[in-house]
Amino acid sequence: MAEVTYLEALRQGLWEEMERDDRVFILGEDVGLYGGAFKVTEGFTKRFGETRVIDTPISEAAIVGAAAGAAHMGLRPVAEMQFIDFISCAYDMLTNYVATARYRAGLSTPLVVRGPCGGYVRGGPFHSQNPEAAFLHTPGLKIVYPATARDAKGLIKSSIRDEDPVLYLEHKWLYRRIKEQLPEGEEILTPIGQARLAREGEHLSIITYGATLWKSLEAAEKLDKEDGVSVDVLDLRTLLPLDDAAIVATVKKTNKVLIVHEDTRTGGIAGEIAARINEQAFEWLDGPITRVTAHDVPLPYAPTLEDFVLPQTDDIVKAARWLAKY
Amino acid sequence: MALPATRPTAAVPSGAALSADQLLEIYYYLRLTRTLEERLVALYRQTKVIGGLFRSLGQEGESVASAYALERGRNKDVLSPLIRNLGSMLVMGAQPIEILRQYMAKADSPTRGRELNVHFNDLEKGYLGQISHLGDMIPVMAGIALTFKLRREPRVGLVYIGDGGTSTGTFHEGLNFAAVQRLPLVVIGEYNHWAYSTPPERQFAVKDLAEKAKGYGIPAVSVDGNDVFAVYEATKFAAERARRGKGVHFIEVKTYRRKGHAEHDDQHYVPKDVLDLWSKSNDPIDRYSQRVLAADLVSESDLKDIDDRVRMEVDQATDACMNEPLPDAESALPGVYVNPPAADKLWFKSL
Repeated sequence: MAEVTYLEALRQGLWEEMERDDRVFILGEDVGLYGGAFKVTEGFTKRFGETRVIDTPISEAAIVGAAAGAAHMGLRPVAEMQFIDFISCAYDMLTNYVATARYRAGLSTPLVVRGPCGGYVRGGPFHSQNPEAAFLHTPGLKIVYPATARDAKGLIKSSIRDEDPVLYLEHKWLYRRIKEQLPEGEEILTPIGQARLAREGEHLSIITYGATLWKSLEAAEKLDKEDGVSVDVLDLRTLLPLDDAAIVATVKKTNKVLIVHEDTRTGGIAGEIAARINEQAFEWLDGPITRVTAHDVPLPYAPTLEDFVLPQTDDIVKAARWLAKY
Repeated sequence: MALPATRPTAAVPSGAALSADQLLEIYYYLRLTRTLEERLVALYRQTKVIGGLFRSLGQEGESVASAYALERGRNKDVLSPLIRNLGSMLVMGAQPIEILRQYMAKADSPTRGRELNVHFNDLEKGYLGQISHLGDMIPVMAGIALTFKLRREPRVGLVYIGDGGTSTGTFHEGLNFAAVQRLPLVVIGEYNHWAYSTPPERQFAVKDLAEKAKGYGIPAVSVDGNDVFAVYEATKFAAERARRGKGVHFIEVKTYRRKGHAEHDDQHYVPKDVLDLWSKSNDPIDRYSQRVLAADLVSESDLKDIDDRVRMEVDQATDACMNEPLPDAESALPGVYVNPPAADKLWFKSL
């Protein structure tokens, strides 16, 4: 076993896949000699050479489009968005071209687009976004969002091996904050489409993913200690396709659901999850499905503002207390 | 290898002449830009700056000179600066205290703590802040120039784009749109040799950015970006041409980014000798000072007085805002729309 950070785990996963499969290559801005803005690909050029670690112009549409073409021809591109906020520049390529390729034209497009997401870092409106909802509405894409070091590694490897295009969303607040003991020499492959029970409880369920998994676990600990409320915490890990079975199972177990996400409320993934619970487990509910999310505003820069806009541990505790008493 | 741009200034007959007062005013803005940034570095090291800090060291000349060539004042020309165009904003009337408050996310900052650094506007004074997505301001500034054209106002828009930014789709779409519409727009292409860590040869296959502009059927020149006079004259010519209804003009300014992408970046990828060369023999402020002094246009004591004045102004601005509060948490909610006036405060905040 060795202690690795979330970032190091992601790095290891990328590295192992590049060692294993010479069809895998990386392209993106400053990913080569510089090793990426967050150093995810540091040392990759030295090991794999400039033909497999390609520094590109500032052209997200071209990065994703070129990845698509290469994927059609049998390569396995991993495209980095320097910050995920810039994925909007490749929105057309991803939604119109990449996502539809298999269905409309029988084209195989096994590519990964990955990049740092999320707030809690004083990054302001253009270096803090969570873009999952913008792509959730796009049949043809898969979306994964690891919260643990193990899944950071296991999901990048599974994403690279998947036959379809995958958005791999990684949280920059977790990069160096999360450390975990991972076995050395063992292949870690987190299956796409499977959620994970991160904590077991019986009084209510928190369904979440990404950075808010950690805030939810913190809240669950507090609820257990101070209120005697035990919480099931479900880490979704994959957002598209959603793991309906795991969602329904936790609802049936606790009968009360709090959905927590860092993305803004309206049109956020919590709405979709609530609808599915309604359809598949309505009669098991003993309370309203509730949401703790960011407020519906662009993410502001000042610490006081960002802290208020984004969901915090205390918000989750308060909401869970209310729901537990319902 | 990147070397200082020493080629002579492109011949651009502007007929522009600068008075001694104007020469001193330009010096004031050059010095103010540098001193203010140095103050920001000190504040950054004291962790008073909330996010990243971006320097324009070595690029102050082109920022100040290009903005200075515009018509300034209430509702005159409008420019859109990038992260390394602090100088252009100061020329257009942005106040040092506004910059300091922005970086420290103060409640009284122009964006009330919502946006970072130089991302703010004053359209009456004539500047429109960028967003982080490079290239986006080209079409937006085309729209501002379109308005001048439709209203038959003798006003001009000016927009900056970095060498890396010219790789974006919006740069090309915006430039083509502006060219087709013959809009009164000046585009300053800043060839500063680095897009984060990416050198020009990995960014584009042309030698000069000006070559790109020519593909859209607009005139383009390439000038020494660390020569304040060259940039001023080229911009003056382009702006007056645009004002006469002759359309878009592209000016490439060759310069050098002498700091990392942001303060955290130690720019280890930049050859030290090249950096030294630009720093020692091609600093835009040094060159400007030497030239105005050598031509006996101003005196050394004039420049010294400005240095002192700038230091005092930056000290005063810092003292005035340093201990100001951050914005109230709930001030995050208003202003997404006119109506409704505020976003909902979410239910769990009231528990």
